[in-house]
Amino acid sequence: MAVEIVRLFQVELEHYEKIEGTQLTLDGKANRLATMIRGNLGQALQGLAVVPLFAGFDVDAANNGRAAPASGRIFSFDVAGGRYPEQYYESIGSGSLFAKGSLKKRWTPGLDRMGAVRVAVEALYDAADDDSATGGPDLTRGIFPVVRLATAEGTARVPDDELGGLVLDIVEQRRTRPGS
Amino acid sequence: MTMPFYASAEQIMRDRSEYARKGIARGRSVVVLTYADGVLFVAENASSALHKVSEIYDRIGFAAVGKYNEFENLRVAGIRLADLRGYSYDRQDVTARALANAYAQTLGNIFTEQQKPYEVELCVAEVGAEPNEDQMYRLSYDGTIVDEPQFLVMGGQADALTSSLRQRYKAGLPLEDALHVAVGALGSVGGNGAARDLPATQLEVAVLDRTRANRKFRRYVGPALTALLPAATAEQAATPAPADTPPHDVALDQPADRSTDGAPG
Repeated sequence: MAVEIVRLFQVELEHYEKIEGTQLTLDGKANRLATMIRGNLGQALQGLAVVPLFAGFDVDAANNGRAAPASGRIFSFDVAGGRYPEQYYESIGSGSLFAKGSLKKRWTPGLDRMGAVRVAVEALYDAADDDSATGGPDLTRGIFPVVRLATAEGTARVPDDELGGLVLDIVEQRRTRPGS
Repeated sequence: MTMPFYASAEQIMRDRSEYARKGIARGRSVVVLTYADGVLFVAENASSALHKVSEIYDRIGFAAVGKYNEFENLRVAGIRLADLRGYSYDRQDVTARALANAYAQTLGNIFTEQQKPYEVELCVAEVGAEPNEDQMYRLSYDGTIVDEPQFLVMGGQADALTSSLRQRYKAGLPLEDALHVAVGALGSVGGNGAARDLPATQLEVAVLDRTRANRKFRRYVGPALTALLPAATAEQAATPAPADTPPHDVALDQPADRSTDGAPG
């Protein structure tokens, strides 16, 4: 269900961009996503709930009177289509409680690119540690989390070779201090 | 007593063709040509908001001349068809050939069944993984579809432009040279014998670039375009852009005098 919602959402945004010749604003995208989630309420009540997390770089931030560092924005949603702007960080899913706890302690303002990726992967590791339904990195097969960065230039996936070293480093650290 | 009205089918079709041709010939021209990395679209267009060239899908671009509302209609229909097909099957299943066929059917039906034919000429182009896989289709007002191998010219003075472009064009040119060829050809007509200099503000330039990831379409605007143009025309680009005027209605010799609007990024 989540994959289907993501696919449809992507098609809708791209369709809008091509027809209008301009991108939807980040607020517009968040509102559109909220409407889609609201539309799924019937199925959500039957057990097929989808609750997304939406984050992006707001290129119109300056027009809205936001300072430049506030360009990165996060929205969380509820099943009824409620849309909530979040500050600093947010997590979603069964292990999100543990992930958010981890983020709360590790996140600091003004993180650089790899610093932010590290904090996110650590949070995922903590979630996998304590939540049985969250999968951790698979070192045997080299399957790492999907990490994407949204910047003014667009979004890009962090390549696996870059992520691999970081994940190995984190796992090694945890191995030496199992209690942390 | 009045005479019963009769006009032969031939006469009706001839009249419609003439009507459509006249409408198309009034507008400014668009040139589409292949270059080393894909397909280049160059349109003479004073407006920075009303486009003659557009992205349709990952590897497919669209260019049109004629009546704006009519080709805009077809453009939106094309994007809808492509997006729908890509969503229900796969992104690789959206092809220029299928899209060009759909356009040909639509234009053909309109030409035969409606009172007034569409006064448009379209180009659907697709960039392939290799230069020999690039495709360009020309679609006329009556639904005729032609596969062009190297370049195509649409709009006013198409014949003069075609011969001018044929002299300049070479296959496999790099982007900058291909753009110079296209701009030179566009400037060679409409100046009463003298070559016209076309500044960046009078041009709409876009490419389908096979070296790009996923979505191959890229529009060149502002400084990125000025940097690609020959130095002589680049200097003139500093002058303010003409106002938004529907591309169809702008006469070649009437400079627009309204103030500029902010070019979209």
